[in-house]
Amino acid sequence: MAIISVKNVSIRYKTGDFKSIGFKEYVMRKLTGKYQVQYFWADKDVNFELEPGDMLGIVGTNGAGKSTLLKAISGIMVPTKGSVKVKGNIAALLELTSGFDGDLTVRENTYLRGALLGYTRKFMDEMYDQIISFAELEDFQDRPFKHLSSGMKSRLAFSIACLVSPDILILDEVLSVGDGAFRAKSEEKIRSILEQGVTGILVSHSLPQVRQLCNKVLWLHKGQQMAFGEAQQVCDEYEAFLKSMKDKKK
Amino acid sequence: MDLKKAITKKVHQLKKHQFLFEELVKRDFKQKYKRTVLGMAWSVISPVLHFLVMKIVFTGFFGRDMPHYSTYLFAGNVMYSFFRESTTGGMNSLMLNKHIFTKINVPKYLFLLSRNVSSIINFGLTLIVFFVFCIFDGITFTWKFIFLLYPCVMLMLFNIGLGLILSALYVFFRDIQYLYDIFTMLLMYMSAIYYSVDAYASYIQPAFLINPVYCVIKYVREIVINGTIPSLGLHGLILFYTLLALGAGALIYKKKNHAFLYYV
Repeated sequence: MAIISVKNVSIRYKTGDFKSIGFKEYVMRKLTGKYQVQYFWADKDVNFELEPGDMLGIVGTNGAGKSTLLKAISGIMVPTKGSVKVKGNIAALLELTSGFDGDLTVRENTYLRGALLGYTRKFMDEMYDQIISFAELEDFQDRPFKHLSSGMKSRLAFSIACLVSPDILILDEVLSVGDGAFRAKSEEKIRSILEQGVTGILVSHSLPQVRQLCNKVLWLHKGQQMAFGEAQQVCDEYEAFLKSMKDKKK
Repeated sequence: MDLKKAITKKVHQLKKHQFLFEELVKRDFKQKYKRTVLGMAWSVISPVLHFLVMKIVFTGFFGRDMPHYSTYLFAGNVMYSFFRESTTGGMNSLMLNKHIFTKINVPKYLFLLSRNVSSIINFGLTLIVFFVFCIFDGITFTWKFIFLLYPCVMLMLFNIGLGLILSALYVFFRDIQYLYDIFTMLLMYMSAIYYSVDAYASYIQPAFLINPVYCVIKYVREIVINGTIPSLGLHGLILFYTLLALGAGALIYKKKNHAFLYYV
């Protein structure tokens, strides 16, 4: 039984200079016929299914549509075509540190983020000490969040999302946070989460990391699905593709 | 069995959101008042000062033949300030939280509700100051004052409805902020805060009722100054405006829920 099934998903972005134009400008442009909106497909016909316990790696060059696809899976976006079916709770970590408030303390931000991710207060009370100690921020609990270094911020975000038990964990470039020691610790953590049968999706530009952590890989290129399947095999194909791209440039 | 499941699921959802709502309210308070003591007091002082200035300026013009002119003026100010603070504050609620709702799937109306909490508390405090002034102005308090709950609650809901509409519009059109500023100023002049509509010909007077803020001000004055319960028609009109604002707001959020993303 698939825990995530993505069927013929296509996502169209609206672009153009309609953003942050004012109402007066909008009316003027509508009247003069200069109001133009462009569309472009960030993802086209993506198909895959994941079973519980799978760890999917999504690879592809910049602008392949990886983050957009994650947004559709986590329910932030609705696909223009096709459907996404998800069974269970999702903890999505997209661009970790945004959404924190600089003036609130570390403690307050931890609770706020927990609430945003859909956890209960009781649960956060129980987990709070563990989260802080995993993030190694014991001495900073009552400091304003803006005093933290960017590495510390990412560590906190990672700890909040991972020390809880979602059914599905979505990680967008988050394993590159912190220093070497923390990176090793976070990889270790992810692996232990996966052993508990949690389904994961990881977007990463580090192929060795993908090979190590994932059992399935989806390769996207400019919105098109190039391959989906067993991790090592798809990674080999992708690597060969990257090499041929490089050769072409030469 | 399915129904029972659905209900427990809904209750679970609400509980989840309750925690989020509380945390958002806390954050908004801390952001707004920056943990200062004067912060909260200032929100009450400001409408009071507004009232005092108007009192000094306009008493000579409009207050000569009007009994309880202070109460008349203050009643208008309290309701209008609440309306303005709540809606202009609410307008920002989506944009201020764009970093959150573009990354995490949360119900977006919660941002607006949590921002409204502080305006509602300010309104409550200002009301207390208002009643103290009423005592000084020689107003007799009667059991009919219970009816004041009606315009207050309705204005609260109306503000939330209009806040939903404005916050959505603000995502699409950034100059709404300035346009709305002009609009609220015009609305203030049309709300008969410091003058009486009796000065106009009788066939013009009903036109004031197009303005929902004037309706609630009129309601409060009838109870506090005249000691009479307003007509059923006024009750109905206020209810109509409130439902209209809430309905339109909810509809926009439902329809545009996933479109906001493309504009921020």
